[in-house]
Amino acid sequence: MDKDRKEGIKGMANPGRYGIERVAYWLMRITGLGLLFYFIGHIYETSSLLDGKAAWDSMLELTQTTEGHIFLALVIGMCVFHTGNGIRLMVAQAGFGFGKARRPDYPYTPSSLNMKNKLCIYVSIGLAALAMMYGLSVMFHV
Amino acid sequence: MTKDGALPKGFERPTVSASPNDSSVQEKYEEVKSSSKTITLRISKFNPEKDLRTAFHAFTVPYQRWTTVLDAILEVKSHQDHSIGVRYSCRQATCGSCGMIINGKPRLACFTKISELDSDVVTVEPMNNFPLIRDLAVGFERMFSTHKRIKPYVIREDSETNPGTKEFLQSPEDVEKYIQFASCIKCGLCNSACPTMTTDSTFIGPQGLAQAYRYVADNRDQGKDERLRIIDEPHGIWRCHFAGSCSQVCPKGVDPAMGIQLLRGYLLGYRK
Ligand code: HEM
Ligand code: SF4
Ligand code: FES
Repeated sequence: MDKDRKEGIKGMANPGRYGIERVAYWLMRITGLGLLFYFIGHIYETSSLLDGKAAWDSMLELTQTTEGHIFLALVIGMCVFHTGNGIRLMVAQAGFGFGKARRPDYPYTPSSLNMKNKLCIYVSIGLAALAMMYGLSVMFHV
Repeated sequence: MTKDGALPKGFERPTVSASPNDSSVQEKYEEVKSSSKTITLRISKFNPEKDLRTAFHAFTVPYQRWTTVLDAILEVKSHQDHSIGVRYSCRQATCGSCGMIINGKPRLACFTKISELDSDVVTVEPMNNFPLIRDLAVGFERMFSTHKRIKPYVIREDSETNPGTKEFLQSPEDVEKYIQFASCIKCGLCNSACPTMTTDSTFIGPQGLAQAYRYVADNRDQGKDERLRIIDEPHGIWRCHFAGSCSQVCPKGVDPAMGIQLLRGYLLGYRK
């Protein structure tokens, strides 16, 4: 770090310093990787069907615990945030939703950090939280 | 200025009516100096040729409402430690030399007032994701060569300098389409904030990509296809994840993140 000043993974994985957009970037990575691991685990889990009903039932038992419920709630949250923010990113990364480029005037307010984008991020986080709470209430029968 | 010609409150200058040798001038200077507040300026010191690691040296520096971080560093360099390595030139956010990390964020030292930082301790470090030369100065060779690689000039078969050719006219609306991106002063703050640059030093980076857009959006230019080919590579435009940190720190309102996404529109076929 000292000589080449490259921040490395630590800098990439630090969600602070640069506003909600950088937090969304961090959440998108974490949830993307989380979902990838879940997806691999999910294939392993469902393939137990090939070994008959008993094997499948015992696999399902794994998530019928408090920890299992919390894990599933996290998966729900990751899914919802990743999808919501993913749609925002697909639209924005195709160049839509920025308005027109214009001569910048001090104090500069970048169009790429506009309210539409911020709102989509907050809504994605909010929906993820709601979905997790709903999931937890169903799983814990409250 | 107020109506009667006086400066607004807080902006009054000390009135000195004496010859330069007059001791009252010195007294006035001392008075102004002692009336100002002080901060602790922590400066990152590291000489790759001598040192093993970075050390922070702390200095007490007086400041006024208008004192910039660069002023404070130069005050220390003049009076307390001549050896501090710092690069600057214009002192007015135009040359792009004085980018550094100030209290954790990439900023221009000449464009950041101590008073706006709202902190008794100001820490200055060299920018991240650039090779260090010494102390606060980093090397721009790679950023400049990447900048050149995207062909930062209007490409045309004909030329304004050919005999008989008229200058290429543009309407104000045509100018508006790219002028925002032409404000770039190549300070590198955006590259320093970019999360992709933290791990991929071969990434073109927000600076270069924003400049690619500046020329692609210029209706005099005919090099769009060429430029799009250059940025459409493994360490090119697709490594941007739209974290927006570049636009967050850009001191000139360039908004590189917007330029990059608009550029993608061309590559994806949504823009012509
Ligand atoms: C409707 C559902 C989904 C949408 C709309 C979506 C959208 C996206 C988008 C736009 C990105 C790029 C983000 C960026 O540019 O930084 C992304 C990244 C990613 N997604 Fe998804 N995705 C969805 C579902 C999934 C699922 C089910 C998985 C796992 C199996 C997954 C795993 C990933 C991974 C690993 C990344 C890379 C993360 C990164 O590099 O930051 N996604 N997704
Ligand atoms: S885009 Fe902005 S932050 Fe990046 S080099 Fe140009 S002026 Fe500096
Ligand atoms: S000294 Fe020129 S930009 Fe700061």
